[in-house]
Amino acid sequence: MNRLIVEKEFFTFAEDEPMQLDSGLTLSPVTIAWERIGELNEAGDNAILITHAFSGDSHVTGYYTTDEKDEKPGWWDYLIGPGRAIDTNKYCVICPNILGSCMGSTGPASIDSARKKPWALDFPMLTIGDMVKAQKALVDHLGITRLRAVIGGSVGGMQVLEWCVRYPAMVDAAVPIATTMRHSALAIAFNEIARQAIMADPHWNNGSYYDGEHPSMGLAIARMVGHVTYLSDEAMRRKFGRRLQNKKEFSFGFDADFQIESYLRHQGTKFVNRFDANSLLYITRAADYFNAAERLAACGPLTGGPEAAIKYLVISYSTDWLYPTYQSRELVHTLKRSSQNVSFVEIESDCGHDAFLIPEPTLPELMRGFLAGVKP
Amino acid sequence: MTNEEFTDKIRFDLRTIAEKIPEGSSVLDLGCGDGDLLAWLCEHRGVRGTGIEMSKKKAAHCISRGLSVLQGDLNNEVNDYPDNSFDYVILSQTLQQVYEPAQLLHSLSRIGRRVVVSFPNFSHYGNRLHLLLKGEAPVSEELPYHWYDTPNIRVITIPDFRRFARDVGYNIVEEISIKTDPAATCGKVIHWLKTLRATYGIYVIEKPA
Repeated sequence: MNRLIVEKEFFTFAEDEPMQLDSGLTLSPVTIAWERIGELNEAGDNAILITHAFSGDSHVTGYYTTDEKDEKPGWWDYLIGPGRAIDTNKYCVICPNILGSCMGSTGPASIDSARKKPWALDFPMLTIGDMVKAQKALVDHLGITRLRAVIGGSVGGMQVLEWCVRYPAMVDAAVPIATTMRHSALAIAFNEIARQAIMADPHWNNGSYYDGEHPSMGLAIARMVGHVTYLSDEAMRRKFGRRLQNKKEFSFGFDADFQIESYLRHQGTKFVNRFDANSLLYITRAADYFNAAERLAACGPLTGGPEAAIKYLVISYSTDWLYPTYQSRELVHTLKRSSQNVSFVEIESDCGHDAFLIPEPTLPELMRGFLAGVKP
Repeated sequence: MTNEEFTDKIRFDLRTIAEKIPEGSSVLDLGCGDGDLLAWLCEHRGVRGTGIEMSKKKAAHCISRGLSVLQGDLNNEVNDYPDNSFDYVILSQTLQQVYEPAQLLHSLSRIGRRVVVSFPNFSHYGNRLHLLLKGEAPVSEELPYHWYDTPNIRVITIPDFRRFARDVGYNIVEEISIKTDPAATCGKVIHWLKTLRATYGIYVIEKPA
């Protein structure tokens, strides 16, 4: 089988001059893990930046050479690759891992070179803007002068919007998917429960757990809460209902009797093996702080002239209750008021917030047609 | 008098509307359906076009064609645009489905310079005969629904629209009456006995400055 092979690369900057963060603090050095699929053309204008969701990584599509035979491909494999909707024969796709994460980019689990130990809670508080600023450093380093499109879902969608307000002249088109201009109380509430679950774990130890036992139970519970918000009532009814897990009777105890319990426990355990609890704290906080509403309203062609014009495609999912469609419509209304060219559609799906990660035909069709209409 | 015969790959009524849109205009197409008119205008007239379409499926189809289209209720969606955003706003066979047409036209005068409206002419002789001879609400190729399942909550005739346009403060810049079959790419412009013979009325209207 002809597998699309990709490689994770690393870019380190801000070694001499620290990176200035929105909080007023600085960070040095900064490493960003990233992957590229497709070649940059001579004009340097066929690059597409993919921004990932909060627990995602740079492995957006394809396989590593080290992958086992049964390893799954990158998280948007159905969308990105040669001949696929985001066609890497035409576009040079770049996907960086976000600052603050633990998938290769600098985050609280990274070693603070000054103190020769993990940053933990001494890691400076980050914003979505800081993540995007680091991505900009990577994009500049790669010699990319403009982005044909910035595309991302969920917290990745926030980064898309941040790119549009920070570097509008560099962005030709933007596709924010299943996202919001700002967190609702509901979204902050679930993030707070996730954080509290971690911080209540005795192993969390105020963030300093890297040389001992990790707050695995807290992180697993945080992921369980997260997963509920990524699903929908409909999806849970269809996938689990009240069905029992490998049994016909209740145990009359607190084992995972129901399939949904077993599923959540499995998701929690799986997550603990790949994600850092402090990263979750920092990234969810950045998402809670994010608010692009006023900045988006102020930076369209109406005030910023033709340079500020970006072609938008806003997509929401009918059963997303984390960032419901009304929030995408608010985004659309804001963009219209600032004279931006905006397309919008709500995709029917019972898969909730996670729908953008699940293969189905609509998103690829939209993406292919939309990108074909974007001129550099 | 000439009866212009047109043929083109888009529907004759859409083609007739398209002929009225100058090169390079900015256009908002309300109820753009599958986007045939918008696509034609973008390709042949170099317009900057946006569509609004209620059906998710049709809106998605339009976007997949590379058009800028918003899925939503046109009555709400027209409210967010800045003043004078468009040279032309098109209501192609949409007005007969609008709940508050006067309110809508009022909104459109704010966002667009001119409005192009087309509608099936209810006073066509076929409809009149249907009612006269059968005593039933007319069902025609242009209005193929029964009274109980129609999305067309209003019936509009050519004289009705002329009066309505005036009443809501618009001037009629141009009136074109056409005879064409609903899905046909050919048809002709009607110059006499329009009220009786035209299957569609098409109007270019604008608010006096």
